[in-house]
Amino acid sequence: MATEQNDTKARKIQPRTLAMILSIIIPGLGQIYNRRFLKGCIFLIVTISFLVTTWNFIDIGIWGLFTLGTIPREHHSIQLLIQGLISLIVLGFGIAIYIYNIKDARSDAIARELKRPNPTLFQGMRNFYDNGFPYFMILPGLLMLLFIVVVPLLFMLALAFTDYNQYNAPPRNLLSWVGFQNFVDLTKIDIWKNTFLSVFSWTIVWTVVATTLQIVLGLFLALLVNDPRIKFKRTIRTFLILPWAVPAFVSILIFSALFNPTFGAINRDILSQFNVMIPWLSDPFWAKVALIMIQTWLGFPFVFALFTGVLQSVPRDMYEAADVDGGTRWQKLRHITLPHLLFATAPLLIMQYAGNFNNFNIIYLFNEGNPAVRGQNAGGTDILISWVYKLTFESNNYNMAAAITIIMGLIISVFAFFQFRKTASFKEEGRY
Amino acid sequence: MAMSRKKKSRIEVTFIYIFFLVMFIIIGYPLFWALMMSLNEGSNMLVTDLLPKNPTLEHYKWLFTSPNSDYIIWYKNSLYVAVVNSVGSVIITSLIAYAFSRYKFVGRKYGLYMFLLLQMFPALMGMVALYILLNTIGLTDSLYGLMLIYLGGQIPFNAWLVKGYFDTIPKELDEAAKIDGAGHLKIFWTIMLPLAKPILAVVALFNFMAPFMDFLLPRIVLTSPEKYTLALGLYNFINDQFSTNFTRFAAGSILIAVPIALVFLLLQRYLISGLTSGATKG
Repeated sequence: MATEQNDTKARKIQPRTLAMILSIIIPGLGQIYNRRFLKGCIFLIVTISFLVTTWNFIDIGIWGLFTLGTIPREHHSIQLLIQGLISLIVLGFGIAIYIYNIKDARSDAIARELKRPNPTLFQGMRNFYDNGFPYFMILPGLLMLLFIVVVPLLFMLALAFTDYNQYNAPPRNLLSWVGFQNFVDLTKIDIWKNTFLSVFSWTIVWTVVATTLQIVLGLFLALLVNDPRIKFKRTIRTFLILPWAVPAFVSILIFSALFNPTFGAINRDILSQFNVMIPWLSDPFWAKVALIMIQTWLGFPFVFALFTGVLQSVPRDMYEAADVDGGTRWQKLRHITLPHLLFATAPLLIMQYAGNFNNFNIIYLFNEGNPAVRGQNAGGTDILISWVYKLTFESNNYNMAAAITIIMGLIISVFAFFQFRKTASFKEEGRY
Repeated sequence: MAMSRKKKSRIEVTFIYIFFLVMFIIIGYPLFWALMMSLNEGSNMLVTDLLPKNPTLEHYKWLFTSPNSDYIIWYKNSLYVAVVNSVGSVIITSLIAYAFSRYKFVGRKYGLYMFLLLQMFPALMGMVALYILLNTIGLTDSLYGLMLIYLGGQIPFNAWLVKGYFDTIPKELDEAAKIDGAGHLKIFWTIMLPLAKPILAVVALFNFMAPFMDFLLPRIVLTSPEKYTLALGLYNFINDQFSTNFTRFAAGSILIAVPIALVFLLLQRYLISGLTSGATKG
């Protein structure tokens, strides 16, 4: 290899550089220079057809992304925005092919410099299939992921920097980029500031309290059922998992009726015995209490089942060693069982927190985020995501909804970061 | 000394059983209440009884026989979406997971990070754009549009789950097969898929049940009642006039909750082992 390079250094331009330059100028040309005519032609045809079919679309898309249209009623800012985002993705694919073409020209030229024989057509196809195989496998999923998950999220990201709301909506009006104005409004304008602060703090309280309660209850029950003195373990387990097995929307709606102040059984049949009437749906405090109780009911079985599964894998001899040393039950729990359980399930527990942070269903189905609160435009039990839903689908404050979505996204990324660090799969990635 | 310890232990066990009993009541009461509501006559919730004097199946009958009831259509719609979603998600995610578990390629690591991050973002966040996209390709108010969103949205979580499981299958197996001359697809088909059956069953089950439980996406995508899925249809029973239709809602819910709960209880062991092996062992 080293001598080969010394030989070729003498020449002015190495073939590999020349092939690369040719392919940079016109994709396929470098391949033709390498005497790989069929491949060159294919690259050329792919390039031409790519440009012919997408040039117009990308051109308008990119222009639209920057300007969001210039003529009201004729240009639809939202459609232009989406077209722009899709253009970026199509462009990304184009650039990937382009770079592949350049790299390919270079590696073929190197092979020719080394006097390796050109592969036959069959061999070439085979190599292409081998090297491209993982890409073929992920392509269908990747495309769906891009259009169904990534483009919509990018779109929300973009909306946060526009002035798209009920009064300023296409096709009647054009949108424009407003920079960080929406975020400034969120902290400066009173109604937004107050609402944001109260919704945000309730979201945090909700996430922490509800999730922690369901984990603690699940853990406690798992330890109890695992006690060797307890009989009928299977039956008890099955019963305890029941709330998980019933579709959540059904249970939440049942609870919503149970807590209903006029006909709900909790006030009418149970609390009336003690002459207590609690305004479960109309008082924000009691609505929050009810929500946390319901979520604990809904969420503990998953944690319970998880811990029950992991408990079987705690090594027996560790307990035996602790017994020899005269360890108390509490010490065994504290130093053997808990570390083992938490280590094995940490990523899933983090996901429980993330799940409740985004738990739209329970908030919306229980009480639609109500009761209303004076001086703010979200209900008393609204968490960030249900507030975003209302802003989007009820009051059409798209720009503010998007800005709040971005803040949520940042918080979720923190969850994700912890999960990266806790997930064992990533620690083993070193083998690649 | 020995006697008192035994006594203490017995008291402890009694308390544990009492605690279980309390939990059973807390778990069972709402479900039992809903069941009893569905057997109450009429639809006036103010006069319902926990133990109805004349238990009746009229609400169940109404669901299936009344010309005003779309229950069977909703059931069919849900089943259709569920089957497609279940089969489609297994195909798409196992292909992705195979590539990520067994091949080295550009963007692999970032792809994994992307999955892990995206699985935490609820589909709701991008709903506006999704609706507009569906609208441009004419798939709003269509079950196909709904399937498309389900199929795309499940990828990050499930690809991650299945990839984790594939990683636990020894690489020596496919290397041995490669030496015997098996191609990429053959290894995938004859080695990976059969060995990964438990996790694929979990993915299939999850995605089969999702359309029965989700009401939000259908609510945004579907508008005409004959396209509704069960969850959305039932939600609308009580959404408009809450107190008037709850008995009917209870009957309809029980008919989907019972089969789902049964399947779930039968299969939950695999679910748990799949989740823990995928997420922790890698």
